[in-house]
Amino acid sequence: MSSSDQSPPSLYAKREPIFPRRVKGSFRTMKWWLLAGMLGLYYILPWIRWDRGPEMPDQAVLLDLQGRRFFFFMIEIWPHEFYFVAGLLIMAGIGLFLFTSALGRVWCGYACPQTVWTDLFILVERWVEGDRNARLRLHRKNWDFEKVRKYGLKWVLWFLIGMATGGAWVFYFADAPTLLVNLFTGQAPMIAYLTILILTMTTFLFGGFFREQICIYACPWPRIQAAMMDEDTLTIDYRDWRGEPRGKHRKSEGAENLGDCIDCMACVNVCPMGIDIRDGQQMACITCGLCIDACDEVMDRIGKPRGLIGYMALSDHESERGGKAPKSVWKHVFRPRTMVYTAIWLAVGVGLVVALFIRADLDMSVSPVRNPTHVVLSDGTVRNAYDVRLRNMANEQRDFVLSITENADLRMSVEGEDNTTITLNPDEMAQVRVYLEAPNGTDAAAAQRSTVRLWATIAGSQDRVYSETVFNGRGQ
Amino acid sequence: MADNSKKSANHQKGDPSTTGHSWDGIEEFDNPMPRWWVWIFILCVIWSVGYWIVYPAWPGINKATSGVLGYSSRSEVVKEIAEFEARHDVLFAQILETEPGELANDEDLHRFAVNAGASVFAAQCSQCHGAGGAGVQAGGFPNLLDDDWLWGGTQDDIVQTVAYGIRNEDHLDARYSEMPAFGRDELLSEEEIQQATHFVLSLSGSDHDAQLAAAGAEVYDYNCSSCHGVEGEGDTFLGAPALNDQIWLYGGSQETVYETIYYSRFGVMPGFDGRLREAEIRAVAAYVHQLGGGE
Repeated sequence: MSSSDQSPPSLYAKREPIFPRRVKGSFRTMKWWLLAGMLGLYYILPWIRWDRGPEMPDQAVLLDLQGRRFFFFMIEIWPHEFYFVAGLLIMAGIGLFLFTSALGRVWCGYACPQTVWTDLFILVERWVEGDRNARLRLHRKNWDFEKVRKYGLKWVLWFLIGMATGGAWVFYFADAPTLLVNLFTGQAPMIAYLTILILTMTTFLFGGFFREQICIYACPWPRIQAAMMDEDTLTIDYRDWRGEPRGKHRKSEGAENLGDCIDCMACVNVCPMGIDIRDGQQMACITCGLCIDACDEVMDRIGKPRGLIGYMALSDHESERGGKAPKSVWKHVFRPRTMVYTAIWLAVGVGLVVALFIRADLDMSVSPVRNPTHVVLSDGTVRNAYDVRLRNMANEQRDFVLSITENADLRMSVEGEDNTTITLNPDEMAQVRVYLEAPNGTDAAAAQRSTVRLWATIAGSQDRVYSETVFNGRGQ
Repeated sequence: MADNSKKSANHQKGDPSTTGHSWDGIEEFDNPMPRWWVWIFILCVIWSVGYWIVYPAWPGINKATSGVLGYSSRSEVVKEIAEFEARHDVLFAQILETEPGELANDEDLHRFAVNAGASVFAAQCSQCHGAGGAGVQAGGFPNLLDDDWLWGGTQDDIVQTVAYGIRNEDHLDARYSEMPAFGRDELLSEEEIQQATHFVLSLSGSDHDAQLAAAGAEVYDYNCSSCHGVEGEGDTFLGAPALNDQIWLYGGSQETVYETIYYSRFGVMPGFDGRLREAEIRAVAAYVHQLGGGE
């Protein structure tokens, strides 16, 4: 074992701030559109109205925690249908597998809220302080009026964005127009203010100050992704066989041996993660594509072909270096592994859609009362009790008629009711106790147990559901 | 990242600098954590000091330090229970204002009463009558689910029974009756008791000796019918069970019926007046009434 005679390096180091330079290009343009689309969706979605009839919420997307309902346009999910949520989570998981194995860290680079909000925060920063060089100057400057004014303005704007972020979040959980008024008149529930406060602070800190450190130190997703990528996964890479040896001085001696890279640092200066893509694939790269834009711009200017930095797979890297043509993008994306992911993803999705369309808007669950299993009445009649839950999942008041499959032995009645018709309000659940009685001397009264089928039929329609249950007799 | 690089022989271009550690040629990259993470750790330590001062923290011999806020989870629970009860007091007051028999007309109030009654029943009644209200025949604890009532099954009857109890010597309003012990006290001969037993069994159509039963009709008429009725229909005013139905309080075998006549039997039930609030008694009566047998 050999060890250095120097004192061990510090375990901690001051974070080097990153000042990404502005860049123009096709990836940057696409990212702006994605940012506008996703933020727009996030802020506008709770304000879309959707008519569900009287006494029902008219918000298109609503997570009603108190009423235990989830509304999504024409779809309404009840708590007992939570498997839909489980299914959606499975789809989200498989979807991430699919995208990661095909396109690498495309989620991180384009769609992750951390990336999107950081992009927005950097935009604000640039708008207040100027581009990279101006920001660097301001950063190095001693505190004076200008620095206080610019930093103050920047932080206030960040804070407002943070508040808008947290503010929009709570609108998903309550009627947005009502809540907005209540928020400003101080009538909203404490939990709403608390949620806004927490999300304001996390947005402010994550987007303004933590930025790339969230991706590098806090987020588990990059580590998981690393296990899902293979040599066919598209990532951003540097064509070092074309670029090296790099050099600035094109007019000096020996310049003819230099590669295409003029070492202008454009790719490093635009990188929001503060890395040098020319070091090759690395953990901190979120594959946002901005270095591609920056390099292409420079290549155009010096009259070299584009693509010194570009999307490629690890296998391309090897074959291109050897002078062979790379595989096409489609061949990278459409391969057995991604096909299998797609198939699983589609299967779950189709299953959910089918389940969504064949589900009835009425539901009944029957649990026989087991303590005691049966009661003998004065005239020898054997009676069983059942706790029956009825769910009216339609937006109108309906009459549920309870019945049993034709059975000469059994009579049905409902505790506290004159008949077996239960009226349920729109979107309501009711629990009733149903009695089945077998008169003395009948087979059902004498038998240990017999099966019976309970029906719930919507009055005046063909809609009905049934539930199999048992009738316990004396067992003699 | 800090560039305090100590480049080693096999360090490649583009690699982060190393810590300078090398074990059998295996080197460690120098990727120091951001320093502000240490500051968060220190802030947490400072926060914890404030926490010790404000909240209960340090264990002592008898109790922990109580903190300047005087917070305790127990007092929190006491407060929440008080809030909960204050909310329910309104509803209990409404129950008191409603005649027991009318309670079912107000659907919401009735639902509240039934649910409140269910908890009272679980705590106070289930020990004898069973968690499901089915009673225990071996102990003579009546089944509350059937349509047979010893002392009446209207809401008012049940309220009365729950409040004052059965054969409860502590309260003058308690229901009271006693069956004579015909054998032990030598009121009837052995033969007469046998005859009466078979007559009682015949009333409900149970297995019996027709000859003995015929002879028992007269014994029954003289000794039993004043309480249990000429036809064995019972009398809820006297708490005399009906004998002509399929429900037996203590069991319907010949031995059991004989024993009942010989030694006599009667159950007791404590009164809950004073132990439960009036509204709770009404609530538990509402609960029992809707178990399936309410009149």
